[in-house]
Amino acid sequence: MKTDIILAGVGGQGILSIATIIGHAALNEGLYIKQAEVHGMSQRGGDVQSNLRISSDPIASDLIPLGGADVIIAMEPMEALRYLPYLSEEGWIITSSTPFVNIPNYPDQQAIMEELKSRKNVKLLDLDAMGKEHSMPKAVNMMLLGAAADALALGFDKLQNSIRTVFGAKGEQIVEMNIKALTLGRECVK
Amino acid sequence: MAKKLLLGDQAIAQGALDAGLSGVYAYPGTPSTEITEYIQESPQGRGGEVHCRWCTNEKTAMETALGMSYAGKRALVCMKHVGMNVAADPFLNSAITGVNGGVVVLVADDPSMHSSQNEQDTRFYGKFAMIPVLEPSNQQEAYDMMSFAYELSEKIGEPVLMRVVTRMAHSRAVVETGEPKAQNELNAPERSQNWVLLPAIARRRYAALVEQQKEFDALSESSPFNVYTEGENHDMGVIACGIGYNYYMENYPQGSPYPVLKVSQYPLPKEIIRKMASECKSLLIVEDGQPFVEEQVRGVLPVECEIKGRLSGELPRMGELTPDNVKAALGMGSSQVFAASQNVVPRPPALCQGCGHRSVYEALNRIVAECEGARVFGDIGCYTLGALPPYKSINSCVDMGASITMAKGASDAGVFPAIAVIGDSTFTHSGMTGLLDAVNCNAPITVIISDNLTTAMTGGQDSAGTNKFEAICQGLGVDKEHLHVVNPLPQNMEEITRIMREEINYRGLSVIIPRRECIQTLSRKAKAKKK
Ligand SMILES: Cc1ncc(C[n+]2csc(CCOP(=O)(O)OP(=O)(O)O)c2C)c(N)n1
Repeated sequence: MKTDIILAGVGGQGILSIATIIGHAALNEGLYIKQAEVHGMSQRGGDVQSNLRISSDPIASDLIPLGGADVIIAMEPMEALRYLPYLSEEGWIITSSTPFVNIPNYPDQQAIMEELKSRKNVKLLDLDAMGKEHSMPKAVNMMLLGAAADALALGFDKLQNSIRTVFGAKGEQIVEMNIKALTLGRECVK
Repeated sequence: MAKKLLLGDQAIAQGALDAGLSGVYAYPGTPSTEITEYIQESPQGRGGEVHCRWCTNEKTAMETALGMSYAGKRALVCMKHVGMNVAADPFLNSAITGVNGGVVVLVADDPSMHSSQNEQDTRFYGKFAMIPVLEPSNQQEAYDMMSFAYELSEKIGEPVLMRVVTRMAHSRAVVETGEPKAQNELNAPERSQNWVLLPAIARRRYAALVEQQKEFDALSESSPFNVYTEGENHDMGVIACGIGYNYYMENYPQGSPYPVLKVSQYPLPKEIIRKMASECKSLLIVEDGQPFVEEQVRGVLPVECEIKGRLSGELPRMGELTPDNVKAALGMGSSQVFAASQNVVPRPPALCQGCGHRSVYEALNRIVAECEGARVFGDIGCYTLGALPPYKSINSCVDMGASITMAKGASDAGVFPAIAVIGDSTFTHSGMTGLLDAVNCNAPITVIISDNLTTAMTGGQDSAGTNKFEAICQGLGVDKEHLHVVNPLPQNMEEITRIMREEINYRGLSVIIPRRECIQTLSRKAKAKKK
């Protein structure tokens, strides 16, 4: 088993929490993991990504080669498209459809939507609306992870357990909210 | 023994703790910051068994570590690559004094300049100081190397330099940890004369260091971290350094067809390389950073074996290695399937909404627009983002502290008004000495110390001068009449611009300290309180 994942978003959107949940699930499974993160300057509202590789065999490079990613998980639609050259032929894009506009020259939003919709293997989630509907705007990253669960080849229950471990210290309420978000995310792409 | 998912930086920190560390001395800097933070959060750090408070700059860090070593204990110094320029004086001289307790100097390089102003390669400093350099290829090795490095340092009586790069520092992998060792006992150096670098002693010490080079060479030849693997195809041999080895191996999941030497300890293991050169038609050098190994292997005289790497153009001359550019150097085609999207534009970082630096630049831009010929010399920190639109306020950013000194130099040359903008942490790091120069000449410059009560750019570490800035400035001789503190809030714009206008037009030295807490640390504190 080997899954190469690119997590993408804007600094502050919580992609590293997604990476942490997947990473812990993989650790519990005794898999090999490499997870390259972006810390530093770009975290101030710039584009951020994490290359997450999990495999039953040893992994050489911390970075995913071009054309190698099995899935791109993005908190923002333009950020999903940024990593297209890294996507494999049959790879999936699972992304929020809500643009994060913090630059004056943000491209035509409709063009971004059309490009995403015209591709095969794309799941778009209106995370903004979902967060509001279920009153959990802070857990939308877990909704996105839930939607991506099937593409990860890790098992949904493994991700749930991982949330329990990682968020455990923050109290039962936070754990339950995040597990609910994960479940909602999965249901909405079923 | 435990298995943990750790960043390269955290693996280094855990490795140092398990090697019996007594103190970590560091100034924050991407990508090295997480090492010290991990130690601060560890039981040993929280319990006060390991000294781990941030230092004012890299030079004070290096010297303090040397003091701890003098007393027989193990110390770690951490910094980003440009920090080494600041620490260079004690670093190079520590190779002359030698060490008592083990010293590891950990420097994190940033090829591709993800968060830096250059991509200098720290391995040159190791060669310069003539001491062994370690360069781990993965997180487990980084952990294992720490114990090895401390033993090596105490065995040879010299500091050991360890070099990592961003992708090693900021990438996680599963690390198996070992048994922790006890700290060293207090124990004075055997020959304390060695630490007095008067010329006569320094000459003797330097001669001893030169003599030791053979030993360091031999240690590299036999190092468990320098691994030679035979390959069938001798058209080429590969020398892959640090994480360059991973990018190379990524392209050969079934194993390397060529002989390959993984280099993780320097000086270069010359004997193995000579043997490879005699057996292979060409050598490809895969190293992240500058062509440090390639230059040494190539020399200036013709060789029979063709040398390929960054200098010959097989690999890009600058920027970090990737599995893809290494693949191209191996003559394989790209596996890219999809072209880049036309609907993507760069998203540069920006000052946060609500950040106090924003109000500072807003006010400053108003005054600068009124003064023909005004020049603003910036410095390093979040506020450097004031160089980008919409503010475009600063005309320079070179190295920590250079705002004040460059403003003075420009003013000496006749620029008026010359304005310096510097952050609170940068000011104590390297700005105070420059301010004293300006005070001594009553240079007609205005220094704006934009104080957000933290070291924000690197994630909000404590700032050494918090609550001391007025006292420091007055102590250095700044005239009280021309020293102001303001609160950079949009509603205070009137007052701030008035003070700035007066002081910027004043023909003498003035200091303005806009002070408001960073909104990131503020909201983090609020969250912590809720819990
Ligand atoms: C010699 C050196 N050491 C460390 C760094 C890393 N660094 C860049 S900005 C910065 C923090 C500056 O803090 P401050 O001056 O308080 O400004 P703020 O980011 O809080 O606005 C640090 C530590 C560097 N660039 N150069």
